[in-house]
Formats: sequence, structure tokens, C-alpha cells
Amino acid sequence: MKLKDRKRVLREMILARRFEERCYQAYIERKIGGFLHLYPGQEACCFGVMEAARPGFDYVITGYRDHVHAIKCGADPKAVMAELYGKETGCSKGRGGSMHIFDVAHRFMGGYALVGGPFPLAAGMAKAIQMKGGDEIAICFLGDSANNQGTFHETMNMAALWNLPVLFVCENNLYGIGTALHRSTAVVDQYKRVCAYGIESDVCDGQDIEVVLEHAHKAVEYVRSRKGPYFLELKTYRYRGHSMSDSRGYRSREEEEQWKQRDPINILRDRMIAEDKYTMAEFEALEKEIDDYIENEVIKFAEESPDPKVEELTKYVLAD
Amino acid sequence: MAEIMYWEAIQRAHDEEMARDPLVICMGEDIGVAGGTYKATKGLYEKYGPLRVMDTPISENGYTGLGVGASFLGVKPIIEIMSVNFAWLAMDQIFNSAAKVRYMSGGQLTAPIVVRSAGGAAHQLGAQHSARMEKVFMGIAGLRVVTPSNPKQAYGLLKSAVRSPDPVYINEHELMYNMKGEVPDEEYFHPLEGSEVTRPGTDVTLFGYNISVHWCLKAAEILAKQYNISAEVVDLYALAPLDREGIKKSVAKTHKAVIAEEDEAPCGVGSEVMAIINEECFWELDAPPVRVHSALVPQPYAHNLEKATIPNHEDVVKAVLKLFGKA
Ligand SMILES: Cc1ncc(C[n+]2csc(CCOP(=O)(O)OP(=O)(O)O)c2C)c(N)n1
Repeated sequence: MKLKDRKRVLREMILARRFEERCYQAYIERKIGGFLHLYPGQEACCFGVMEAARPGFDYVITGYRDHVHAIKCGADPKAVMAELYGKETGCSKGRGGSMHIFDVAHRFMGGYALVGGPFPLAAGMAKAIQMKGGDEIAICFLGDSANNQGTFHETMNMAALWNLPVLFVCENNLYGIGTALHRSTAVVDQYKRVCAYGIESDVCDGQDIEVVLEHAHKAVEYVRSRKGPYFLELKTYRYRGHSMSDSRGYRSREEEEQWKQRDPINILRDRMIAEDKYTMAEFEALEKEIDDYIENEVIKFAEESPDPKVEELTKYVLAD
Repeated sequence: MAEIMYWEAIQRAHDEEMARDPLVICMGEDIGVAGGTYKATKGLYEKYGPLRVMDTPISENGYTGLGVGASFLGVKPIIEIMSVNFAWLAMDQIFNSAAKVRYMSGGQLTAPIVVRSAGGAAHQLGAQHSARMEKVFMGIAGLRVVTPSNPKQAYGLLKSAVRSPDPVYINEHELMYNMKGEVPDEEYFHPLEGSEVTRPGTDVTLFGYNISVHWCLKAAEILAKQYNISAEVVDLYALAPLDREGIKKSVAKTHKAVIAEEDEAPCGVGSEVMAIINEECFWELDAPPVRVHSALVPQPYAHNLEKATIPNHEDVVKAVLKLFGKA
């Protein structure tokens, strides 16, 4: 990556990390309700893939761990936070919440709470792209455990059969809630599971954004040039529990520490310091600036926004 | 009699039935090593091992169907589906296989599985995590549907469900797992059919099940204290088959009825109870029955909207006052 891009992406990743950590705090303060699934640790996955794709142009869909994907596609962090606060100014008008972030203007086609639900939806969007022409692709980000749903196998079959322009990105963070991958899944290597359908696949480190980017470039180009669907597995780790009620009793603190040694933000930062003469002081100044932005703009906006009107409870159920 | 929590009652029923019969197993996501989302299977993995306490992949239709197949050969699976919303994915195996196989095989084959699932709106979980589904299950021939409103029922209904030769769907509620109540120290089996008069009264019947029983009880208290109205509360813990006789008996006594459910109104428990009242005791009525139910919207996330959709005891009081021409 060029220094200019590195600087931009580093900034975006720090924003994503700080946004999520601020959500954690807001949840503890009971400003955010419902289930909250946070993303810290996995940033290089979304950012690496989307740097290779075209945010706001390609169609993106994902599960419930969706705030960062939405922001990377172009959603305003203020509108995402307002959604988490359940406000009318939220990107889903307060109706969706953390698990249902939508920003269709930026082609972020939503977060869905049912594991495996987005697979066929992604293939369907790819079908529409195919029919309408243009060179967009559909990108589906989901976790490893989602691959055990019937929808995974049904979708892989159809995507291959009809040569659909869809990229499946498996963010393999080793656990589905509290169940380790090898305890729920016969074939631990996720990228191998699509071989049966003749789908191209690849696997790589999901902690180093430049590694992800390199593999994602190949994947995106393959799909964009209409060679067919593609499945990319990224090996990663979520630092926090599955959701806020998770005390992480199923994994060791040593394991967590080991993964934190390979933090995606630190990897990029340290490389920039080594190769680009970027300084720690610059990094810290950036962090501070982002924290101020989140506090003074993002949180402030969410706090000051109005609740949805109760009289409008049934708005959006059917067309007006 | 000890006071224990709803989840503890369910855990105890599992434990006793698994200790008794080596063919009783339990299966579901995160129920083993992780101990279960609602702790209903806590400690069982350590006690009975991975062959009988199965952490399943996230593939609801697949593992439910696997349980149905196992039940064909005499295994008794207790299947936990973490949330009713995910049970939607297993409906094909529950409805098309489990519920129909006895009939379509002319009685040769049965699928006496137990499916437990948590339903209901709780703490802003939004549209895809707040469903109620009992009304769908209760309309399927070949299924029994029960829905415990307290720890004693939770314990006794699961025990009976495990011993039942029919498939049984047990509808629990996310907000009730920590509710405390008395459960007999000795083994106890709750009937899978019938209803219970939880509080006798003479002026109006309040029908509820699961969490709405508690709204009804609270409403009955307010009605007695503030309005001098004596409300009878009937707990319809069995939704399929519904207790026609019990419904008739109470309405014949009070001549007025309110049916409270957390679900939306169309095609719901309330519609069914009203139909039964219409068929069984129309001429006993002093006023048309009233339904209390949630708004017909996908469950909104925002706190104020969520609150506006879910009924509570105040709505039950209001419905009664309307019946008495006081509102
Ligand atoms: C159909 C369905 N079943 C179960 C759940 C409960 N659930 C939510 S997340 C999750 C684990 C998913 O793990 P994975 O796909 O690896 O994604 P991750 O959370 O690790 O990103 C489960 C079991 C659900 N939301 N939907």
C-alpha cells in the first residue's frame, strides 16, 4: 500500500476500534440495549477486503456484527451510533438496532440476526447484478459457524451453478458463541468446504491488512471479471466475548493474549513506523483526534437526537 | 417444597430424566461445554458426556431432523432451540416430519421428540430476536404445545413431555428463566392437557398463558382493590390441545372474558379462545370477549417503540374496564 492509503486506512481502523470500544461503554451505561456484538480484533478483515473492492459501489451484506462494515461502506458513524441509541436519526430510524444496521444509499444491504440468513440474499443480489449488467459484485461477510447452516450449502450450489458474481468472506474467529470450531464443524478448514461445489477459494492471515488486501484483490478481480463466485477465508480473532453477556469461560486468557500480539492496527502501525518513518507521536495524536471526534460529534449526535415517535409505530410495516 | 428458579426447574427435569433412562439425550447450540444460554442444561455435559449432551452445529433444521430420526429408533431427544426465531428454521422437520409421521405411517412410526425454545420480546432484541410462535405450533395436527408460566410447571411439563409418546413443543419465555417459585421436592408430572384456575373469581375471566398469566394476576389484584371487580385467572398452560371444557366452565361462571397474549392478534391464541367461547358458551356471555395483544409490527428496537408494542397488566385492566363500561 502507498503511504497515503496506509495513513487513511490506519485512521479508519482506529476509528472502527474506538467506535466499538465506545459502544461497549455506552452499553454498560445502558444507553444501548439489545444484543451488542463487537468487532475489535477483526478489523483487517473488513478493511482489507473493502480496500480491494469498491465501498459504496459493490453490494455488501453481513450478520449481526455489522457496525464496522456499514461504516466502511460509507455509513455515517453518527447515524450508526444513533441507531444503537434507538433514535429516529439512526440509519435504520431506530427500528433496527445493533443487529440490523442498514445504509442502502451506500449499498450496505444490512445486518441480519439469523445465522446463515445472508448467504442466499447475497447470491440473489448477485443474480440481480448479473441481469442488470454493470461491474458491481456482491460481498457477503459471515462467521465460520454460519457455514454449518443449510443455507450455506444451498447457496454455494446455486452460486456455482449460475456463475453468480458473489464473494463470500468467511471471518473465521474460531468460535460460534462459546463453541470452538472443531467441536461443531467436521472440516475445520473452511475454504475447503466449497470445493465440493467447484467454487474457487483461498485462505490467509486475517490480522495483517496488507496480506488480506493481496488475497482480496485476487478474489475481487476474479468475481468482477465474471469468472464466478469466490470464497475467501480469513483467520482472525475477536477480543471481546461473542456478545455483552459472554464471560468467555470457554477460552483461555493466554490464547487471547497471543492473538493480541498480532493486533491488526499495531501490525500496520509498526510497519509504517519501520518503513515510512511514521512516528508513535503521530499515531497517538491520531488516536486522540478520533476519540474527540467520537465523543464530541458521534456520541453527542446520538445523545441529542429525538426518539422515534410512538404514533409512527406502524410506519414501514407496509408501503404508505 | 423448595423455591427454585425457572431455569433450575428445567435443569432438574433434564437431569432426572437422563439419570433414569440412558436413551434420553439433549441437544442444541452451546448447551454442553458452554452450559447453555439460559443454563437449562448446566452441569449435564460433565455428568452425561458428549454422546448424550450434544453441542450441535448452527443448523437448526438439520439437528432437529436428526433428533426426529433418532426418536424413530427409541432415543428420546430433548432439543433446545436457543430462540424461537431460530426454531422457524426447524419448522420443516418439526411440522413435516415429527408431527405427521404417526399419521402418514398409519401408526407404524412415531417421533416423540421434545423441542424447547425461548420466545418473547425481551430488552430491545429487535425484529429477528423477539418472535412468539406458539400460535403457529398450536395449529399443527400431531403436535402437543405446552407453555409453562412458573417453575413448577416448567419442571413438571418437561418431565411429562419426555415420557409422552407424542412430539411436544415447550414454549418458554426469555424473561422468565430467573423467576422463582415452589417446586415439589418429590418427583412431579404436570398434565400435558388442561388448564388451571390460578385465582378464582366471579365477575370476569382473564385467560393467560406463560408470561401473560402474570399480567392477569396483577390485573386481578388491581381490579379487586380499586374497582371491586372479582376476576378469575385461568392459566392455559396447554395450548394444543386447548382445554375447551375449562374455558367453557369459567365463562359460564363469570359471563365475561378477556384473553391476554404477548403475540400479535391475527390467527393467535386469542382468536382461538374466542372461537371456542363462541362455539361452546355464546349464550352465557354478558358482553363480547376482548383480546389483549401486541401491535402487528416487526418488533422495533427503540425502547419507546418496543414498550408501545408489548402489552402488560395495565392493558388487561383497561380491557376489563371496557367490558364493564367503565372506560
Ligand atoms: C439461525 C440462528 N441460530 C442461532 C443463532 C444464535 N447465534 C448467534 S451468533 C451465533 C454464533 C455464530 O458464530 P459465527 O458464524 O462463527 O460468527 P461470529 O459470531 O463468530 O462472528 C449463534 C449460535 C442465531 N442468531 N441464528
